[in-house]
This record gives sequence, structure tokens and C-alpha cells, in this order.
Amino acid sequence: MTRKKQRLFFLLLGGATLLFAGILAAAALQEGMIYYYTPSEVYEKPPGTERHLRIGGMVEAGTLVREGDVAHFVITDNKARLPTIYKGVLPTLFREGDGVVAEGNMDSEGRFAASLIMAKHDENYMPREVSDALENKAGSNGSEGKAE
Amino acid sequence: MIAEIGQFSLALAMLIYLAQSVAPLIGIARQDLVWTQSARRMAYFNAFLLLVAFASLTWCYIASDFSVLNVALNSHSAKPLLYKISGVWSNHEGSMLLWVVILALYGAAFAFFGRSLPDDFQARVLAVQAMISVGFVAFVFFVSNPFARLDPPVIEGQGMNPMLQDPGLALHPPFLYLGYVGFSICFAFAVAALIEGKVGPFWARALRPWALISWSFLTLGVALGCWWAYYTLGWGGWWYWDPVENASLTPWLLGTALLHSLIVVERRDALKSWSVLLAILTFSLSLLGTFLVRSGVLTSVHSFAADPSRGLFILGLLGLVCGLSLLLFAFRASSLGAGGLFRPISREGFILFGNVLLSAAAGTVLLGTLYPVFTEALDVGKISVGPPFFNKTVLPLMAPMAAIMAVGPLLFWREARLADIMKKLSPALAACLLIMAVAWVWGGVSGNRLAAGGGLALGAWLIAGTAIEAWPKIKGVFHYRRKGWGMRIAHIGLAVTIIGIAGDAGWSEEQAKTMRPGDQIALAGFDIRLREVEENVKGPNYVVTRALLDVTRDGREITVLAPEIRHFIAPPRPISNTSIHVSLSGDLYAALASGNEDQGWVLRLYWHFLTPWIFVGGALMALGGFLAWGLGPMIRPKSGGKRQGLGNL
Repeated sequence: MTRKKQRLFFLLLGGATLLFAGILAAAALQEGMIYYYTPSEVYEKPPGTERHLRIGGMVEAGTLVREGDVAHFVITDNKARLPTIYKGVLPTLFREGDGVVAEGNMDSEGRFAASLIMAKHDENYMPREVSDALENKAGSNGSEGKAE
Repeated sequence: MIAEIGQFSLALAMLIYLAQSVAPLIGIARQDLVWTQSARRMAYFNAFLLLVAFASLTWCYIASDFSVLNVALNSHSAKPLLYKISGVWSNHEGSMLLWVVILALYGAAFAFFGRSLPDDFQARVLAVQAMISVGFVAFVFFVSNPFARLDPPVIEGQGMNPMLQDPGLALHPPFLYLGYVGFSICFAFAVAALIEGKVGPFWARALRPWALISWSFLTLGVALGCWWAYYTLGWGGWWYWDPVENASLTPWLLGTALLHSLIVVERRDALKSWSVLLAILTFSLSLLGTFLVRSGVLTSVHSFAADPSRGLFILGLLGLVCGLSLLLFAFRASSLGAGGLFRPISREGFILFGNVLLSAAAGTVLLGTLYPVFTEALDVGKISVGPPFFNKTVLPLMAPMAAIMAVGPLLFWREARLADIMKKLSPALAACLLIMAVAWVWGGVSGNRLAAGGGLALGAWLIAGTAIEAWPKIKGVFHYRRKGWGMRIAHIGLAVTIIGIAGDAGWSEEQAKTMRPGDQIALAGFDIRLREVEENVKGPNYVVTRALLDVTRDGREITVLAPEIRHFIAPPRPISNTSIHVSLSGDLYAALASGNEDQGWVLRLYWHFLTPWIFVGGALMALGGFLAWGLGPMIRPKSGGKRQGLGNL
């Protein structure tokens, strides 16, 4: 094995792997992307039913209705109201009047069908988007730290 | 007063690090041994100073000194002592202080254990480390000072996120940092080698222990994080491809690659430039991780409070460190010389292939993690890249890597015949196919189970292959060679983790129900009955609501699960605590979500098949790493005295 052949081998190996990974990544990126929307943005720039979304806002007080397994409520950013439907167990810290991030798709009836709910101060999530929106309201959240 | 001692120590350390960056290099230029060797003493002293700083902050926490702003924001007098202490590093400023303390300790450790290395080389390494330290101590002192005073002081602290009152989470940052920061030594080795223009087996042999110990700690840190998430978050998830999780994974992937390429440098004097580059990149990724956590650039569970000035500072440091070192690499790599030749089918070839796969995986994880940053910067919109992306890209890269891990150790150096090796491995192949068949026939192939069955088979292949490689060593005279067994245990650890992941993904079950005392449900062959719910049970700084679940199987009593909700006082919020019954085949996992006596109690019950194997595997990997590192001296002194520079190695 000469040095030139070895170098060629390295190059081919690296290149092939890179190509393989690149193709995988490009294909997966399309599917894996989740878009952030506020309720207003949903009305301003309708995302359609195909896009996987995260909606950040507040649970409007007085809108939570539970029918067995299914929960109906409204997510608002104090400008627009987005009716939401969620089937499953709500997180321990889900409260009316508190921040929430919901992940899912728009359904054909103009409601947001959530598949995942992350409540404010939930063990899971306090995204910047929600904290930005709620900075005025809660005040304390921005300075709070969560450790790695 | 104590806080001021800490403040002063930090400032002094910063100045001495400045000296430590410059004096040794002057010493080398002027061939003045006193200046060259001064680096060691400075490293010792800096470690002492930073320990003093850390001790003073810890003291302030233990004494609940609320005139220190950091303590007032993050502690509370009612917190148990253990969590007052762990509270020191569970906030941004304190954790950065821990970071620089560990940096100093590694420097001092290298100063001590590397005494038998050539003076010039050791001096250069310490100088590079000092340059990094100047940057980070300056960062702590000027932008993230934990000793800032609060005037007037408050009566009571704002408490701490009650989720942080947890042993797993208390240990997670220290282990993680012991990993991240250790790679700074590897980085310094690489830069020193580039400056000297020489890389060889001696360099690799000296570096490997540091890479091993950093890697082992990082493995533990990541595993602890996964385990904590698993038992805390209430869904039984242990990895979310969260940006900060990814930030700890990428240096781990490259660190694994570095570990293996150093073997090739040591044994065959090959892959030299590649190893130098890996060392630089691994540490750069550690720094990138630090940046991502603290800058607010990325949205994450883990993010500390967003502060743009902090982010910019670290980004600047990262740019300097990464940029300058890569520039140095570009100019000097060619002087490192070519190495030994080898054929593709050889141990070096397979190690290289593994390296390439690990690097590609690290690259795609980085891409997925940073993509949202770019799209937001380019104003394309706020997006995040979810788990499907990472699963679809990383798993197809890691699967071949796990497969070749069984073959590699059996191959000869330089060139090997694959046919012979595959014959040796035929029992492993048989085991693999058998397990795959059993999994697919018995377990089904719907949804995840097709891939999960493959995962089980892959794990079996790796275990069997490692056993076949180990067999001659066991059968013959039991000759204990540390590094060989370290490798085998670590590889088996990965196989165990793979099996755990496959089991969890393929055959876990879930039930979420509103239950009243006396209700019973069936889950994975178990019968689970809610006996009663205790309310208002008092804890140290919280009040507990606890559900008692009797678990039986075919009438036999298995266990009692007791998930809780803890209502904390400061700050007031409820936290759900899971109850887990661990067994060899899996975990019974219960979480109490919410509820009350009138409307019933909402419970989430899971059967997590083989999930404990994930964490056991992680521990095994770390154990293998520590074993390979050994507990002896960092480097066996070569016969003869010290030399200036690396000489002809």
C-alpha cells in the first residue's frame, strides 16, 4: 500500500461517509423541523395542516373544558385566540392563566390539535418564546435559572 | 468578608494565569530553566487560589449569607445542607466558578503528574492551559461574578428550583465539567505539539491517560443526566435531543474518536494530524456547549437565564480558542510528518472507519442543533429541529460503528484478512441472527419493533464478538492487562446500552388513567391497584400527596409503587416524583400527575422494557474507561533523564 493509495482510501472513505450522512441529514431535516408560531402568527401566516408546529402563549382563563380524556382550551397571546384540543393527560403544572407551549398540527376545522403540552414551570420546558411573551406578566421567570 | 476573600483569590489567579501564559514561553525562548519550570509552581498556586474562591462561595451558601447576591437568588435557609452545597453550582455564576476550579485542578494535576515529560513540552502545555484560564477566569470575574454583594441584604433567599433538590442533578454538573474541562489538556497537548512541530508515539502515550479520564467522566456526566431525566420528568424519557444534551454529546462523540486514534498514533505512528485535529475540535465543542447553555441563543430545558453579554464573551473566547488553534493547525500540520502505512482491512483501518462514523454523527448532531440558530439569524423564522431528525441521521451512522466494534479488536495491525476473522466471529453472527429472528417472530415487527429487533441483535453481536476476542485471554493464563479489559468492558457497556435502547423503544407500554382508590388496571402482565392516596404528609420543606399502588402478577405480590406530588414552599410549586420498580427485564414506572379526592387521581403508568440496561451500560462504559486509565501514575518515566523538546521520538 503506497502512501498515495492510502491517501486516496482516506479521502474516499471520508467522502463516502460524509455523502451518506449528508443525504440522511437533508432528508431528515425536512421532516424533523418544528416551527414556532404565536397565536397571532397562526392567523397572519396560516401554516396549513401539514406543518408540525409549536404554539407558545397563555392558557386563557375560563376556557378549559375537559370531556373525559379530551381537553379543550384556548391559547392566547393577548392579541389572538387559538382554540386547542388535546387528548391525553395534562401536565401537573398546567393551569389556566399560565404559560404553555403546545406541539402539534392545525386540524381541518381551524383548531390546533396538540400532541404534546409543556406547561410553564413544567419539569419539561420554559422556552424563550413563552418567557418573552410572559415577561411582563410574571416578572420572576426571566431571572430564574435551571441547571444542567 | 469571606466573599471578598473569594473575590480577591479570583483576581489574583487571573493575574498569575496571565504570567503563566507568558513566562514559560519566554523561558523556552531564552533556554532559561527557571522561567520554563515556573509554570508548574504557578499552576499549583492557581489551583490553591481557585479552591479558596470555591470554598468561600460554598461557605456563603452553607451559612446562608444573603448579602451575597448569588446566594440570595439561589438559596434558602430551609434547604437541606446537601442541596445548599449543590446549589453553589446549580446557577450560572457558581457553575462557571466550578468550571474554572476544575480547569485549575487539571492544570495542577498535569503539572504534577507530567513532571517526567520534557520541560519545554510541559511548559508549553501549561502555558496554553493558562491562556484558556485567563479568558475564563476573566469571564467569571468581570461578567459572571458570584461574589457580587446585595445591599441591603435580604432576610430570606428566593429558594431554588425544587427540581434541583435531587442527588442525580447535584452530581451531574461536576462530572460533566470534569469531562469537558479535561479535554482542555488534550487541546493544550495538541497546540504544544503543533508549536514544536512533532507528534509521535511518546506524545500519544502521554496524552492518552488525560483523554481517557476526561472521556470517562464525561460518559458518567451524560449518563447521570439521562438517568436524572428518566426518573424525574415523569414520562420515562431519557434523551430528548435537546440542544444542551446535544452539546454534551458532540464532544463525547469526538472524544471517543480521539481515544481510539491515539491508540493508532501510539502503536503505529499514524493518524497523527488527524489526532491533533480531533483534540482541538473536541475541546472546541466543549466550549461551544458552554456557550450554547448560557447565551440564550437556543431554547432549551437547561438554559440558564439569557444574557447577551455573557453569550458574546464566551462566543469571543470560543472564536479565539478555536480560530487560533485551527489556524495553527493549518500552518503547522504538514510539519508533523507522515505516519505508518496500513491497508483498509486492518485494525488501524477499522479504527479510522469508526472515527469517521463518529465524526459524521457529531457533525449531523451539530447541524441539527445549530440549524435553528442560523434560520433565526437569517430571519427565516423560528424553528426547532426535533428528535425525528436526529434519530434518522445518527442511528444509521452508529449502527455500522457498533457492528465493526466487534471486528476491529480481532484484526491485526497493518493488514489483516477479513475472511479469517469472520470465521472466528461466526458464533457471534449466529447469535445475532438468532436474537433477531426471535425478536421479530416473538415481538412482532410493527412500528418501532423492526428496528428494535435489529438493535437487540446488534447488541448481541457486539457482546458475543467481544467475548470471542476475550476468550483466549481468559482461557489461558489469566494475564491481567489493564487496557485490554478496559476496552472489553467499555465495548460491552455500549452493547448493553444499545440493548436497553432497543428494548425501551420497541416494547414499552403505557397507561394513563384517572383512578379512584380501589380501581385496578392491567399493564404488561401486571395488575396495578390504587390502594389509597395519602394527603398532607410533611417533608423537610414540602408537603406530600402520595398515591399507593399495589402491584401483583398472577396474584403474587410484586411491589408497592408510591408516586408523589411534592408541594414546595419557596418558590411555591408542585413537583411530581415518580416511583420506579427496577428489575432485570425492565422498570415499572408510576407518576402521579394531578387530581383530588372528588375528581379522581390522574396516574401515568409505564412498563419500560430493558430500560435500566441503558444506564447500566453507561456506567460500564465509564468503568471501562477508568480501568483503561488505571490508577497508577499518569506516565511511566522513560529511562534516562528529561529532554528538551520531544527529541527524536
